[in-house]
Amino acid sequence: MFEMTKNVLQNLMGKSSTRLYPFTKRETFERFRGTLDINVDECIFCGTCAKKCPSQCIEVDIKGRTWTCDSFACVYCSNCVEACPVQCMFMTPVTKPPAGEKDVIFYKGKPKEPKEKKAKAAKE
Amino acid sequence: MRTILPFGPQHPVLPEPIHLKLVVEDEKVVEALPNLGYVHRGLEKLTDIRDYNQMVNIVERVCGICSCIHSLNYCEAMEEMLKIEVPQRAHFLRVMWGEIHRIHSHLLWLGLFADGFGFESLFMQFWRIRERAMDLMEATAGNRVVISTNIVGGVRKDITPDMKTWILSEIDKTETEVRALEKTILEDYTVKQRCCGKGVLTKEQAHMLGAVGPMLRGSGWAQDARQTGYAAYGQLDFEPVVEYDGDSYARSKVRFREVYASCDLVRQALAKMPEGEISTKVKGKPEGEVWRRVEQPRGELYYYLKGNGSKNLDRVRIRTPTFANIPPLLAMLPGCELADVPVIVLSIDPCISCTER
Ligand code: SF4
Ligand code: SF4
Repeated sequence: MFEMTKNVLQNLMGKSSTRLYPFTKRETFERFRGTLDINVDECIFCGTCAKKCPSQCIEVDIKGRTWTCDSFACVYCSNCVEACPVQCMFMTPVTKPPAGEKDVIFYKGKPKEPKEKKAKAAKE
Repeated sequence: MRTILPFGPQHPVLPEPIHLKLVVEDEKVVEALPNLGYVHRGLEKLTDIRDYNQMVNIVERVCGICSCIHSLNYCEAMEEMLKIEVPQRAHFLRVMWGEIHRIHSHLLWLGLFADGFGFESLFMQFWRIRERAMDLMEATAGNRVVISTNIVGGVRKDITPDMKTWILSEIDKTETEVRALEKTILEDYTVKQRCCGKGVLTKEQAHMLGAVGPMLRGSGWAQDARQTGYAAYGQLDFEPVVEYDGDSYARSKVRFREVYASCDLVRQALAKMPEGEISTKVKGKPEGEVWRRVEQPRGELYYYLKGNGSKNLDRVRIRTPTFANIPPLLAMLPGCELADVPVIVLSIDPCISCTER
């Protein structure tokens, strides 16, 4: 019983171990995989992320240049982030806020520039 | 007079849907019949549509509490099938995460066990200590429970020297805090009354009915799958924890002492970890059959994989520790008081979602 006395006193005198949640929030760690997002300007719409995803929640339309992720089906495994060849996907250490209804992350990329134009631009 | 009492599937302390039909005579249990199948999720069937790399994330979801060790076993089996040599550093990192997982699982169980006979405060103490292990996982691997850190060919993340010192200090703190609680709980009069001599599994029974993990070790068998030396365990000093009484008390003692053993293994793994790469490139399609067994917090986990030369596997057969521990549980229940049933059922650390998948 006496071993516990120290602990009991600590519990009585010390700070509480819990937080008053909505008011005090804990800092997340740097590596925490909280939310998934992409930088759509760099995306080449190759579809690698969609192929690697274990929950198959990403859809990439190469022709229409759209990128859709059902973020409620995502399990935050970061397979896609590692597979992306241009490294335009990233996970930020922020927890997703509570949501009232299901939403999807949807991006429409800029239309692809024709090749000659690009070559010309490079020349000039 | 004989009565049949339904026990479960929902329990106040057991977050697992196990249903037991207890045949009771007055207040004594005469027979127990299990009823499973409430949480079947068909995870093994997913091999048909997911390739072997995606399966890592799926086998992790077999069980929330020991997810890291599931993927460790799967990845090791896969690497054996594809004949990949994994870098040494990855092996040590796997041991580190596996042992932090074991600490978190045992502390969770100890908390629930305390809650099982009404010690709410003790429950809170254990879970407060467990928070350290959860934070360690979040900071090093990126998530708190399903940490998705093992991949076929190695591990995902490396640890920095700063993290290493921090992990060591947190592990030290965990150990001192658990040690402070040990005497309080194990020498308490109530705890002894509720656990000593309750749900006895003799040494012969444990062997005959195929108990695994703390059940087996609590009955006096010094057997642990970590002795086979998978991952980096072959290079670390390791002794299985054994108790001889075979009752609920012995089993909780085994789990207490395994927390210390795990702390020690984390320290050893961090000290002996070599520098270098953490993963290798994986090429080829799996073909052939392999089986592997590793030690989970609850006991021995067994995987059988069959590849057919395509990127989808033919079979993923998993035998989880709780499945092996159910026959011993049914042997332990007859003869006990009805009031002791929750504590005895808890003492096998049941994980029904694991068993049914
Ligand atoms: S893998 Fe990267 S570049 Fe390819 S479609 Fe996905 S986000 Fe875009
Ligand atoms: S984090 Fe995992 S589950 Fe989520 S989109 Fe990427 S691959 Fe799919």
